[in-house]
Amino acid sequence: MADMKIGAYICKGCGLGERLDTDSLENIASREGKADIARQHDFLCSGDGVAMIRKDIDEEGVDHVVIAACSRRAKTDAFRFEDVACSRVNLREGVVWIRPDTEEARETTQEMAEDYVRMGCAEVRHMKVPHPSNEQPRNRHVLVVGGGVSGMTAALEAAKAGYAATIVEKEDRLGGHAAQLWRRIPTRAPYSDPEVPEIDALIAAVEAHPDITVYLNAKLKKTSGAPGRFYADIETADGVVTESFGSIVQASGFKPYDASQLPEFAYGKTPDVVTQLELERMAREADGGPIQRPSDGKAVGKVVFIQCAGQRSDQEGHLPYCSGYCCNASIKQAMYFKNQNPDIDTVIYYTDLRTPGAGGEDFYRSAQDKEVIFSKAVVKEVTPAEGGGLQVRLHDLILDEEAVTDADLVVLATGMVPNSGVNIEALTKPNVEEEGEGEAEAETEATIEVPVESILNLDYRQGPDVPQLVHGFADSHFICFPYETRRTGIYTTGPVRRPMDIAQAVDDATGAAMKAIQEIENAARGRAAHPRSGDLSFPEFRKEGCTQCKRCTVECPFGAINEDEQRYPVFNESRCRRCGTCMGACPVRVISFENYSVDTVGQQIKAVEVPEESEEKPRILVLACENDAYPALDMAAHNGIAYSAFARVIPVRCLGSVNTIWVTDALNSGYDGVVLMGCRKGEDYQCHFVKGSEMAHYRMSKIFDTLQQLGLETERVITHEVAITDIQRAPGLINEMAETIEKIGLSPLKF
Amino acid sequence: MSQDLNTAMVEKYRNDFLKEVEEKVEEGEWVRMCMQCGVCSGSCPLGPYWEHPPQEIFMMIRAGKREEVLSSSSMWMCTSCYNCIVRCPRELPITHIMHGLAHYAKRLGLAPKEQPTMKFAQLFWDNLVKQGRVNELKLGLSLYFMNGFSEGVKTALKMAPVGLGMLKTKRMNPMEMVGGHKVKDLKGFHAMLKKAEEIEAAKIEKQEAEA
Repeated sequence: MADMKIGAYICKGCGLGERLDTDSLENIASREGKADIARQHDFLCSGDGVAMIRKDIDEEGVDHVVIAACSRRAKTDAFRFEDVACSRVNLREGVVWIRPDTEEARETTQEMAEDYVRMGCAEVRHMKVPHPSNEQPRNRHVLVVGGGVSGMTAALEAAKAGYAATIVEKEDRLGGHAAQLWRRIPTRAPYSDPEVPEIDALIAAVEAHPDITVYLNAKLKKTSGAPGRFYADIETADGVVTESFGSIVQASGFKPYDASQLPEFAYGKTPDVVTQLELERMAREADGGPIQRPSDGKAVGKVVFIQCAGQRSDQEGHLPYCSGYCCNASIKQAMYFKNQNPDIDTVIYYTDLRTPGAGGEDFYRSAQDKEVIFSKAVVKEVTPAEGGGLQVRLHDLILDEEAVTDADLVVLATGMVPNSGVNIEALTKPNVEEEGEGEAEAETEATIEVPVESILNLDYRQGPDVPQLVHGFADSHFICFPYETRRTGIYTTGPVRRPMDIAQAVDDATGAAMKAIQEIENAARGRAAHPRSGDLSFPEFRKEGCTQCKRCTVECPFGAINEDEQRYPVFNESRCRRCGTCMGACPVRVISFENYSVDTVGQQIKAVEVPEESEEKPRILVLACENDAYPALDMAAHNGIAYSAFARVIPVRCLGSVNTIWVTDALNSGYDGVVLMGCRKGEDYQCHFVKGSEMAHYRMSKIFDTLQQLGLETERVITHEVAITDIQRAPGLINEMAETIEKIGLSPLKF
Repeated sequence: MSQDLNTAMVEKYRNDFLKEVEEKVEEGEWVRMCMQCGVCSGSCPLGPYWEHPPQEIFMMIRAGKREEVLSSSSMWMCTSCYNCIVRCPRELPITHIMHGLAHYAKRLGLAPKEQPTMKFAQLFWDNLVKQGRVNELKLGLSLYFMNGFSEGVKTALKMAPVGLGMLKTKRMNPMEMVGGHKVKDLKGFHAMLKKAEEIEAAKIEKQEAEA
């Protein structure tokens, strides 16, 4: 630290010069902030301003830079100095734009700016320039688990981009379920008739590609390592082969829903009730000829399709979700009959017809044109009729009446069940939930009973498969982070991620292949994946201080941390998303990043000048998530929404990185209130790091004991869920805390 | 004849009413394209007064409810405002289908007997064919007496001031009561209608023969 040289640069543009006493700020930077060089500039982000900073770095040896100008979210290109540690002081969005331009407000506004300059100087003093780890090489090899349409597409796309791919398929052939189809939903205009699936062509392309290796009848016995250096033990009849990979695409697909759970539709009782997949087999055998009734070989005269069979239902054993493809599939299959013989009656009973995809509506219309009858009804029961045939009892939803119809064949549109392996969260609940209600635990025990074979057999401390999001689908967020699982470098695609048809799976797999390639490149450069894309910093820990409590390994939302034989944490840098949840978890505070640590934030908290009680100026610490809450406050500033001048806002990588020591330190040094702003947690979470906000809320719920020990009111610490759109609300929450303090009085802990 | 035709049609189509509608009803081939969104029923200004709104009629046709559809008063309620046609996302000519169904029902003798729209339509037609022009005075009067003599007198008395006012402003000619205006070539007009009737009769005969 001896040879550190700090340069502080204060901008006077954007009204900062008029509203603030910048000479005083410069003074504070050099006297209190101990900056070796402190300069002001009229327009710091201009070429001239940036050149001034650049010159100091190059000629004066400045290696720590404090830029007191606008928010860290603004002018990122202008103020990009990758060879120095850099701290941004937010005087524009954080001070002048959220304060009224009046004579009375002038003093508190200036104090606010001065504190932020002190904080910036304190932060930069404890920052280091992050260096790439070089922990892993560039491994241009993608492992694709599953050889269906998704898997083959992913492998082909990766290979076309110049990356090798290896497919591990558990069956003895490629193609998956799609290869069993007689025809597929049309992909080309006019979308009026089923098309030949052409899966054979895809298989041939995969087999012919020199950069794609295929293992059939193969399983993953063990997968270990991290992005850039994954090792997979591939088990085949000939033994076990170990290969290394840069990243993994999991395209393990789906299992058809078990229709024997639908006794009301007589499935299993008579061969004349079949699933869609079974009808495909019958159609393949008929190959354009008349499809025969399985029970007696009679040509089918009337066929009934039952949509949502065991789907979109709360009933025990049914799927609660819509599988998305089955309406189109039934339309397609009704055409198998109509195209062969237009006199065959085909009726589709549906409650809501959904035909996704570009040609879905045209396809539906084409079926209507072919006289496929669509009827909005709930089918109650299918019973074998006397003397052959079936009787279908239903409730017509348009005419609101019960009806009975006959059929020779009934086809059930049962859905997809994701093939996502072991539900690791049911196996090992994190501490958080273990201490929760007993009810949840009882439920957990029940789920463990079901034996499921693991897909990846990950050698991760957190369990053998990727975490599931909802209904067993392996994803982390359907909308915001497609393909991203909570295991960095492992991407799910196809129906294991969410229900989809062939066309969607092809698009999906292409996307996943691109993510897999991106991760290979990121890992080679030591850069973080989404959402802190490009971040070079990674967690380090002071082994002497570690108590092997395992909290970091358990709480890491991404399973980045393993344990060694002595139960010390082993950080896998390329698995890490750099959220800092481990840092927030660590009770002995031995985990830190080069440019983000307990000190970089702790010293900022200490740098704030807390006025004496007699001055009646409270201090409110606001720890705001940099992804949602901090931009919301920035946008509030753009909209000229004012908030209390007593607030001091510090952005954090994730609320999960907040170590409780910051809160207790702040309260001990006389802060009157602490506001924490994170993202929405729970089932429909918005946290960029999935579990960070949840962890933070949990930790903060335990802080009340500390407050009571300190003799403080529990209202002084509050945790909020803030969305990026809460532009009015976020400043309001700060003002609420200011009002609370006015009510309960200043902290008794001021010196 | 209509009773025979009805029996013939029942015999021919058995329970495939949709097919019957497609082949026999004007624009009937559109019924299968309905996607049951219900926009027609929601758009109809008289919707709440229909026994079965269009969406339901289409569903009943598909469900084979022949008697219920053809004897329904619903399609007679249509005022041809064309709201449904304008709004139908599947572009079905719903107004025309309603008229087609009504016409078919009348032909088969299944339309409700005392349906006022149907009665008025007949009065209008009978009035028109006489002279080739609508005689408004006679049409108005026959409308008053549509439901019996005493009601006709009551309505006539009630409407007398309106009639006198129209006389005064020369909006109505009392001489229309005798003869009335007509088309130039009345003979030709009648010949034309006769020919049309022949064509129609031949068509029906053919249908019956097919059945």
